[in-house]
Amino acid sequence: MELLTNLQLGFDVALTFQNVLYCFAGVVLGTLIGVLPGIGPVATIAMLLPATFALPPVSALIMLAGIYYGAQYGGSTTAILVNLPGESSSVVTCLDGYAMARQGRAGAALAIAALGSFFAGTVATVVLALAAPPLAELALRFGPAEYFSLMVLGLVAAVVLARGSLLKAVCMILLGLLLGLVGADVNTGQFRYTFGLPNLADGIGFVVVAMGIYGFGHIIANLERPDERTTGIAPIGSLFPTRADLKASWKAVLRGTGLGSALGILPGGGALLASFAAYSLEKRIAKDPSRFGKGAIEGVAGPESANNAGAQTSFIPVLTLGLPTNPVMALMVGAMMIHGIAPGPQVMTERPELFWGMVASMWVGNLFLVLLNLPLIGIWVKLLSVPYRLLYPAILLFCCIGVYSLNNSAIDVGLAMLFGLLGYLFIKLDCEPAPLLIALVLGPMMEENLRRAMTLSRGDPMVFVSRPLSLGLLVVALALLVMVVLPVVRKKREEAFQE
Amino acid sequence: MTTTTTRREETKILIRDPKDFYAGLLFLFFGGVAAWVARDYPMGSALRMGPGYFPTVLSAILLALGIVTLLHGLDLREARRLRPLVLILAAVGIFAVSIEPAGIIVATVLTVVIGAAASSESRPLEVIALLAVLLALAVGVFTYALGLPFKLMPTLPPALLSVWPFSLIPV
Repeated sequence: MELLTNLQLGFDVALTFQNVLYCFAGVVLGTLIGVLPGIGPVATIAMLLPATFALPPVSALIMLAGIYYGAQYGGSTTAILVNLPGESSSVVTCLDGYAMARQGRAGAALAIAALGSFFAGTVATVVLALAAPPLAELALRFGPAEYFSLMVLGLVAAVVLARGSLLKAVCMILLGLLLGLVGADVNTGQFRYTFGLPNLADGIGFVVVAMGIYGFGHIIANLERPDERTTGIAPIGSLFPTRADLKASWKAVLRGTGLGSALGILPGGGALLASFAAYSLEKRIAKDPSRFGKGAIEGVAGPESANNAGAQTSFIPVLTLGLPTNPVMALMVGAMMIHGIAPGPQVMTERPELFWGMVASMWVGNLFLVLLNLPLIGIWVKLLSVPYRLLYPAILLFCCIGVYSLNNSAIDVGLAMLFGLLGYLFIKLDCEPAPLLIALVLGPMMEENLRRAMTLSRGDPMVFVSRPLSLGLLVVALALLVMVVLPVVRKKREEAFQE
Repeated sequence: MTTTTTRREETKILIRDPKDFYAGLLFLFFGGVAAWVARDYPMGSALRMGPGYFPTVLSAILLALGIVTLLHGLDLREARRLRPLVLILAAVGIFAVSIEPAGIIVATVLTVVIGAAASSESRPLEVIALLAVLLALAVGVFTYALGLPFKLMPTLPPALLSVWPFSLIPV
């Protein structure tokens, strides 16, 4: 079977000493930042990007991917033991996880979260291996018109799936597209929005924006509130779940894995959305919904499986279509480009060792994560007691060093400072920054494909609806738009994000 | 990434007197426009004033008074809440301006000290210990191990280099 030979190739790459080492480094770092509230995968990956310059591309991408799914494991530890989400995708785990911890069953919650995540990670790896080749094959038939329609769909989905006001999300998309225009126009070389500054000629770096908003902006917002971790860490208790726990949770793990794998692929999806959706699903189908919030183990098993599955399947659109669906994936696109790899369907055919090596490394990484998060849980709990006042100056300095060393440009650090202010304002004004970041990456590609498609069709805009693939994508985008405007769905969406 | 989820109650308004505040903005606007329009008029000197001298001085004074009026309209006790915002951004800004001329050691010290001052919970001894660790990381890991192109020390004028303690710096 072709899949088996491909996976064989993947494991050959992933199991070299160097790659196992970087995979391990990635998941350790991921767990670390997952456990620590106040720093997420976006800022961490942005910070470490320059450090991967010297590595071979496969090792670099294996490590960066490990940070993202590793953070999903770590996030649950903090949620269960301290009632604080270590990662935003663990917000819902707090509800029942912490309730379990107060009943002295933190160990069981942690074990179910880790085992559920491992199962979800294994399944998501297989989903990735199975779904990617046909999608990439489809994408090879894409022309500029299809790519443009695909990006329209991606942006529409980013709006629909964003938390909070739809109107604000649309505005954030437009702002992101505009920011993406800064620099030299690809076709004519005309400078746009550069204000005569030579540093802006290549555009505003994605890392600069991400670091400003997710690094500096969040530090400021965190400092305005008192350090909440003084509330105390719940004792872990026995790590072995009871037979009843296992019986209650295995179905939730299956459902969470399925839902998470599906939602991860969607534009705008990923770990965060998957965990929210899984929690509301578990609550809806439960025989007795009133148990939720009081220590129902399904409320831990479902979302924790879903966020890990979602984190891994969100690599599918990036690796097959070159389309990032969330800010972390947008950074992965940046990382690939730094290493001279153009993301898209050709990655799988031209660099099979890279693609399959990454897929296989995810399974290896998940194995590490179970070991890191169950037997070694005590170490992470100790780290939790480090107060934020000692953490944030380090984060601040490493962010500065990271932004600077990307291009050895002090101007970039200055720009990141401005985006830090902007990010802080976004937090204060409840504007979700994820759509802006996705649009920032998609903007230039979208414009290029629009112009190319229009040139090829000699200025006939019908090209987007006369080609069946392009039409299909636009219809899906339109359907999504109509759906959210409908009052019924709109209410449901608001309810879903309420929880 | 925990911040977006919790709503905060501190949306209290910083403005104490809206009339003063908006009047200040108005003066700033006119001062700014006047200075912008006059930017290309030749300044001349105090002895032989050019056409740009008087307008520029007038707009500068208007801008200054506009700021005073605006501040007058603000509740400055409330402004303490801006401490994290101002100091974190200042720490990043200091890194940006100091890294190239002064090198990684000076930039690290400035960034960490100013950054640490942003939290009211920071304690001086802890900050010094943290700074020592971060300096070791910045120099040991980032500069030597990862080979990022930072210079360690500021470039001093040659005349200073022969004087103690600068003479101790290896060149």
